[in-house]
Amino acid sequence: MTTIYSSATEMAQALSKKDISSVELTKLHLDRIEAVDGKVHAFLHVDSQGAIAQATAVDAKRAAGEKLSPLAGVPLALKDILAQKGVPTTAGSKILQDWRPPYDSTVVAKLKAAGVVILGKTNMDEFAMGSSTENSAYGTTQNPWDLTRTPGGSSGGSAAAVAAFQAPLAIGTDTGGSIRQPAALTGIVGVKPTYGGVSRYGVVAYSSSLDQVGPFARTVLDTALLHEAIAGHDERDSTSINAPVPQVVAAAKKLDVKGMKIGVIKELGGTGFQAGVSQRFNEALELLVAGGAQIVEVSCPNFEYALAAYYLIAPSEASSNLARFDSMRYGLRVGDDGSKGAEEVMSITREAGFGKEVKRRIILGTYALSSGYYDAYYGSAQKVRTLVKQDFEKAFAQVDVLVSPVTPTTAFKIGEKSNDPVAMYLSDIATIPVNMAGIGGMSLPVGLAPEDGLPVGMQIMAPVMQDDRFYRVGGALEAALLSKWGKPLLSNIPELGGM
Amino acid sequence: MAAISRDDVAHLAKLARVEMTPDELDHMATELEDILGAVKRVQEVATAEIAPTSHPLAMTNIFREDVVRPSLTNEEALSGAPAKAEDRFKVPQILGEE
Repeated sequence: MTTIYSSATEMAQALSKKDISSVELTKLHLDRIEAVDGKVHAFLHVDSQGAIAQATAVDAKRAAGEKLSPLAGVPLALKDILAQKGVPTTAGSKILQDWRPPYDSTVVAKLKAAGVVILGKTNMDEFAMGSSTENSAYGTTQNPWDLTRTPGGSSGGSAAAVAAFQAPLAIGTDTGGSIRQPAALTGIVGVKPTYGGVSRYGVVAYSSSLDQVGPFARTVLDTALLHEAIAGHDERDSTSINAPVPQVVAAAKKLDVKGMKIGVIKELGGTGFQAGVSQRFNEALELLVAGGAQIVEVSCPNFEYALAAYYLIAPSEASSNLARFDSMRYGLRVGDDGSKGAEEVMSITREAGFGKEVKRRIILGTYALSSGYYDAYYGSAQKVRTLVKQDFEKAFAQVDVLVSPVTPTTAFKIGEKSNDPVAMYLSDIATIPVNMAGIGGMSLPVGLAPEDGLPVGMQIMAPVMQDDRFYRVGGALEAALLSKWGKPLLSNIPELGGM
Repeated sequence: MAAISRDDVAHLAKLARVEMTPDELDHMATELEDILGAVKRVQEVATAEIAPTSHPLAMTNIFREDVVRPSLTNEEALSGAPAKAEDRFKVPQILGEE
């Protein structure tokens, strides 16, 4: 029987056999959201009416015998950073509180065309700046594994929704780890595709040379199906790569790593990583060896500078991107009493509309780009970016994929790092190099840390536009873990009530 | 590198068009000092002979034919405007009276 605990693949099969209708499946998920989101707070906006309308349309097409795409009728949660026509899109910020976009982002248009049912918009750190959702202007999302902990961020709402069975699929964005880190902290699969692999048209921009849209799901195959549904060239995004989409669904089905060379990055592990994180990571490596893969250690000596470079590049680009929130054409306007000029109204609005971390990054970026400091900060960061790219190139000359833990620790407590920006930034230490180089990476759950019972993720990275490689390794490792455990990792998640 | 002062933050805030309360200026100066202390590590390896990377892809300008395509209606384009008048965005005064 199809339930909210089924995979998206199982749901799609049941839909195509007409064992369940999309309206029924959508209602199951809306009921689940109603029952548990008071505790999880994954959603900022639930679009019940719109979701039922989309589901009804898919059911009608199926009844009429139309050929449908693989995920037609399956529900999805959408990060609130992607424009969806007529539906509130806030990017977690007060400055966009009542904004309803007059158009669809390309990813939303593709999802609608594929018949995917969009349940609602998920919580996130404001403008994707953060690693915990604590920077959202609309409250923090709780990790369904332990409600006193964060689900990670910035796409924490999307990850929590999938882990809490409120949706089998979700969309996030990843600028420095914002898909992979919350996937790891909630025990689900998350992928940052190659930069340029998925269109960013209609996605609120944070750091344009790093931002990428990607999929979340509970299995590797489900993630691959969603990846193929949203990927591909878009003439509306000049950074979108005009090349065939990597065959990620076929790769996810291979379940074989025989003869593959897997590189373990020496610098992303050991000291500074929680014991249980290292333990589960190493056990997963053993399974890969048992599956016929060869493990080699590689060194990426410049990765230790990547975090510092990221926190110059991303704020610099953000300070420019967020200049568009000027209170003139859309969004919040404060203080326009007829006595003040445009610049004054702009400043008052931005003071009222932006949260603390956003202001911090705008000021930091403005500083790093200002004359006299440009070479020392932004210029130096761009050189580090070259070094990080070269480290990856050298490593991929020796191996097919690279692996590391996704995060140094399991999910941290809400409030634990919120007053220490530098400590918060450290949670992205293993994910940032991927964005700097523009390659793709997957976060795959590989167990629960013995000391706290919380999920641990393995990061699998591949060269530009070779995303199929991490789906191949991820699919094979997932199958090996499942046969070892006898049940999926998420079956260990505590009951949230209302089931 | 000179430490970042409260006055520097006030100047940056003005450039970035973000009003800040005196309390916010105090906090921000301290926090930026900490963050800059952590990120200035990039200078340790950024030697003169390394070429900077601004973007992961080799970017070229992409052009399309200059023909009219379907786009937002006037009503749609103005749908999120904080204020509008006569089918236009209504904005606060931009130039001085004199």
